[in-house]
Amino acid sequence: MRPVYIAGTGMTAVAEHWTRTALSLARDAAHLALQQSTINRIDGVYVANGSGAPLGLHQNIAPAVAHALDLHGVEAISFESAGAAGGLAIRHAATAVAAGVADAILVVGVEKVSDFLDEHREESMALTSDTDWESLHGVTLTAQWAMLMRKYMHDYAVTPHDFAPFPVNAHANAVANKLALYRFAISADKLAGAGMIADPLSLLDSATMADGAAAVIISATPASAAPPVRISGSGVASAPVALHERTDLLDLSAVRLSSQRALHAAGIPANHIQAFDLHDPHGIAAVLAFEAMGYAARGTGTQLGSSNAIRPDGSVPVALSGGCKARGDLFGALGVYQIAELTAQLRHTAANQVPNCQHAMAQSMAGIANTVVTHILSRD
Amino acid sequence: MEHARMELARHWRHRHARYRLQGSRHTTTGAIAFPPRDGSEWEPTLLSGQGTVVTYTVIHQPPLGHHGEVPYVLAIVALAEGPMITAQLSDCRANEVQIGMPVEMVTRLLGNEGDDGLLLYGYKFRPLLV
Amino acid sequence: MKPNRPVGIVGYGAYVPRYRIAAKEISRVWTDGHGGVPVSAKSVPGPDEDVITMSIEAARNAIKRSDMQASELTAVWIGSESHPYSVKPSGTIVADALGATPFVSSADFEFACKAGSEALTAGMGMVGSGMANYVMAIGADTAQGRPGDALEYTAAAGAAALIVGPAAESLATIEETVSYVTDTPDFFRRADRPYPVHGNRFTGEPAYFMQVRSATQALLQQLGVSPNDITHAVFHQPNARFPQAVAKQLGFSAEQIQTGLLANRIGNTYSAAALLGLTAVFDVAQPGDTILMASYGSGSGSDAYLLRVTDAILARRDRAPKTLRYVEREYFVDYAVYAKWRDKLVMG
Repeated sequence: MRPVYIAGTGMTAVAEHWTRTALSLARDAAHLALQQSTINRIDGVYVANGSGAPLGLHQNIAPAVAHALDLHGVEAISFESAGAAGGLAIRHAATAVAAGVADAILVVGVEKVSDFLDEHREESMALTSDTDWESLHGVTLTAQWAMLMRKYMHDYAVTPHDFAPFPVNAHANAVANKLALYRFAISADKLAGAGMIADPLSLLDSATMADGAAAVIISATPASAAPPVRISGSGVASAPVALHERTDLLDLSAVRLSSQRALHAAGIPANHIQAFDLHDPHGIAAVLAFEAMGYAARGTGTQLGSSNAIRPDGSVPVALSGGCKARGDLFGALGVYQIAELTAQLRHTAANQVPNCQHAMAQSMAGIANTVVTHILSRD
Repeated sequence: MEHARMELARHWRHRHARYRLQGSRHTTTGAIAFPPRDGSEWEPTLLSGQGTVVTYTVIHQPPLGHHGEVPYVLAIVALAEGPMITAQLSDCRANEVQIGMPVEMVTRLLGNEGDDGLLLYGYKFRPLLV
Repeated sequence: MKPNRPVGIVGYGAYVPRYRIAAKEISRVWTDGHGGVPVSAKSVPGPDEDVITMSIEAARNAIKRSDMQASELTAVWIGSESHPYSVKPSGTIVADALGATPFVSSADFEFACKAGSEALTAGMGMVGSGMANYVMAIGADTAQGRPGDALEYTAAAGAAALIVGPAAESLATIEETVSYVTDTPDFFRRADRPYPVHGNRFTGEPAYFMQVRSATQALLQQLGVSPNDITHAVFHQPNARFPQAVAKQLGFSAEQIQTGLLANRIGNTYSAAALLGLTAVFDVAQPGDTILMASYGSGSGSDAYLLRVTDAILARRDRAPKTLRYVEREYFVDYAVYAKWRDKLVMG
């Protein structure tokens, strides 16, 4: 199969875009990506959107996006796999280009959630859990992460404060990201007094969903003046949806399998990854992901925070654009934002630049890692 | 006139599992499963309702339909027969809950489908009464 | 009335919610603390409890104390004035939760506070006639009192379940029963209205006292038994004072009614009230003891029973939580939480 390049990227700011529609946000991001590249023919438009259908807004938005971009009659596919939608859209675009079925595919991730009340959003997000045996009981995504965090704290004798470095790092990095939802630093002691969402997860260790769109052109050629960036590997894995069906609650097995598959496809070892963008709405999510992938031994993941390993100059820099916490939780569009942001890292034009970045990892998921998508990006 | 969503059949088909913790027993291995399993190798069996708290959270920002219950305790309970189950804890304060605490099943109101709609009954767990 | 085939109680179970509101807390809100209160506290159902959930636990306790299984029940009848559905019997859900479906009879009973004992009497007929071996009769209520009304101090929640079966298998036989019913409108609620109305002092002598006395006296006369011959007496208890007064009028002593008198701590549990008093007596009674129970339902009427405790009670009564265990399990809430839980706040 032939190599796959990122020919152009575009992102809107992450915000409550009160005056914009999903379609207009998608158009803006797509135009930025198209302007960045020399591609003159788009063979397909893949659109990732996780919230539209569950919120009753729209289903199968892809043809509307294609039409809005004057890409009439083009192959338009919607990916509506909750938080994994963006990553899955990227993967399938990469697979189609690698296989020679298409030469250039525009992938757009878009979310428009600010029109809806909090409780409607919570309910629609909870659709990613088991409806009859979890969400019926009033489960939310945050509640599920909170239960994992409570068990983690019990098993490994850590406190909520030990997770603080993760949101602190995310906010510190977002200051330099003009597109981030929150561009202010926070301090660890602010976490102590923050209001609870689902104990022990407070407002300051919980991401906020907002509106935005990102676009990436996946192409068989670099088709850009910028240094070539390739998708060198991708991998997808699944796990039981209901937490109570899993044998080891603190083992995000789909994170491990997905990253192993991606690294294997890229042909690089795990310790060659120099920048990470993970699905990190809470510190516990990043900790469990790092442990599942072997970057920290079980029960020691919080030390990646306390030792500053997660900072831009550390050994496992993460949330370089602000992560879900400060850049914003883009739900189904996250996977596309991640590729756009890490492409800048690999072009060495990022705001929080990791020195001489050659390989980066993007990872997003549906629910609590019931579908996990990992991509490895490499600079030629 | 608009009705709240009514999913009568969906709730009705799960009533035995929800009201009395009816699960399945594998006819060959004797393994116990909850929720109940399909297939001829599984037969219905009643679980005892005894269990221990594996982990829990206290929810302050609820999803739709659970606003009046806040704050409520959600837990994953390990049932004595082996399976784990997700359920609310009742009859206890949030600060009384501990990982490892023994609990027992009670059948309580889980919610309703609107003022005109079905009342939903099902399992919750409470600290042992005895 | 007594059936041809001897019958008795083969299993009994109680349930009282753990929440309480002090009567003084209610008067703090409505009378600024002035005036006396008819009970010390009343039970309050939690937000996830109702007649159906309480009946399920009481019934499960009853089955534990029996030697039979729920699938052997021929009827599951619940008497209440606060059934969660006006159309769809509480019994259908309780029977399913117990595992008594599908070959079972199950309609709801209503006769104000004596709906549970009406089910008990019907059960006696079902078993006594040989149509059934086991019938589950439950009295349960989550009674509502109009805010600020005298009844608000006592309108409480609880459930008691009695399994009627053959006398040979019972913990206590039922020797005889008398039902005394008249059209006496002391307390009632019109369909589709949220709160009942009552006739103040009219609920006393012409209603409660007259019916309870008449049923009890007729029963004692038919049996040729006097109050002295009876070990325990349990009366319907809308407050602490009425049962004590009627006991005195009938010639029962304070000691005889003491064990079955729960109203001061849990209020008036309506259809469960007399039956819960009976379960409290069962928890401590000795083989050979006799028990007089007289329920009362507004509208109005009284069902009186004479029971005799058997040897079998000693081995079986510890299989489920005692009534006093539920009574002593107390968590007090204030008026605001109580009003929120009891849907007394108009949410728009």
